[in-house]
Amino acid sequence: MTAAASDTATGGFEPKIVAYVCNWCTYLGADLAGTNRLEYPANVRIIRLPCTGRIDFNLIVKAFEIGADAVVVSGCHPGDCHYTSGNYHARRRWMLFRELLGTLGIESQRVHFAWISAAEGKKFQQVISEITAQIRALGPYRAYREICEA
Amino acid sequence: MLQPLRETCRRLLEDGTVQVVIGYGQAVRAVEPYPVFITDPDEVGQLVWNEQCRTNLVKYLLRKEIRALGKPAIVVKGCDERALVVLEQESQLDRSQMVVIGVACDGMAEPRCEVCDAHQPRFADVTIGQADNQDQPAERRYAHLRQFLEQPLASRMAYWKTELERCVKCYACRQACPLCYCERCIVDKNRPTCLDTSATLKGNFAWHIVRAFHLASRCVGCDQCSRVCPEGIDLRLLNLSLARAAEADFGYRAGTAREAEPVLGHYSQQDQEDFIR
Repeated sequence: MTAAASDTATGGFEPKIVAYVCNWCTYLGADLAGTNRLEYPANVRIIRLPCTGRIDFNLIVKAFEIGADAVVVSGCHPGDCHYTSGNYHARRRWMLFRELLGTLGIESQRVHFAWISAAEGKKFQQVISEITAQIRALGPYRAYREICEA
Repeated sequence: MLQPLRETCRRLLEDGTVQVVIGYGQAVRAVEPYPVFITDPDEVGQLVWNEQCRTNLVKYLLRKEIRALGKPAIVVKGCDERALVVLEQESQLDRSQMVVIGVACDGMAEPRCEVCDAHQPRFADVTIGQADNQDQPAERRYAHLRQFLEQPLASRMAYWKTELERCVKCYACRQACPLCYCERCIVDKNRPTCLDTSATLKGNFAWHIVRAFHLASRCVGCDQCSRVCPEGIDLRLLNLSLARAAEADFGYRAGTAREAEPVLGHYSQQDQEDFIR
């Protein structure tokens, strides 16, 4: 879906949000939100990966390249990783990656991290709703789009 | 300084301790010394040592054609030596299979030398000369970055747009980096393509993010990448920002301690997570 098409369909700006979630916790949390009929914005595109430890920073960059306005990365709470330590490794990488994004001038409000367990359907709904509202207010991520169209 | 260096190299070659010496030589016309690979003890006269010896020679230890020459001795400065330490931690080198000749250095007239705290090599097998390792507070070492970060986010982005627009993707930054040793770099993987390989702004951003982040907490700040860049892009800023994060969050400086646990590849349950929801 192009940015223009979604804008006309809703009569305003609707953010595109890419959520990279882990298979064992957040994906099931999203599933639970669905089975509990908890409504959350349809702006989020969920991409399921085995573990947050697998979520390469390249994927975050890639999401912006293909037109995402924000990226959410979410996985199991510390101590709950299906692979014991994947989320701990991921957490360290994120700490450093955020610095690099800041130096490059990429807005930190566009990259979100969360721990959402399989039982936290409610939290999934809240996180996605909050981020969608925030990005709706921020507007489209033109700065990175200009990079990609140059 | 030069005479003891040449003598040491001659002795090492003559008694067969090493088969090749990797050092700095002087080209006739070139201003900068260039790397020389000396296998004959009578040729040690080619070695030079002056304030132009900026190049980090450690990269050559990893090259197949150099490895084929036999056991090496390498001339390093205190700052280059940090790259050796990281390579050793990452099992890329066997220190028992080489002789490290450390040369004390008073600075090479580069910005990074003004805030250098590794004038005197600390892990070398043979050390030539004597220099003082003055303590440099972190705020001085990262002053260049701090100055850059004073501008707002949008101007930083604008800066990188004008800088990275010039990148031609020659990958000199990768080729020169002593810590970029993957046999197949991620940008060369094309089934499927991982990164946009075109030299457009989009592809250049993707490449420089990858290059910098693959060196996160590993970069030793030798600045070889910035030095070899034909477009003069200040890649140092990206490296510094990751180095500063590693130091601030984990008290880790790459290549300063042989036993230190690398930041990535290890974890602590107490790692900071105030940015995670």
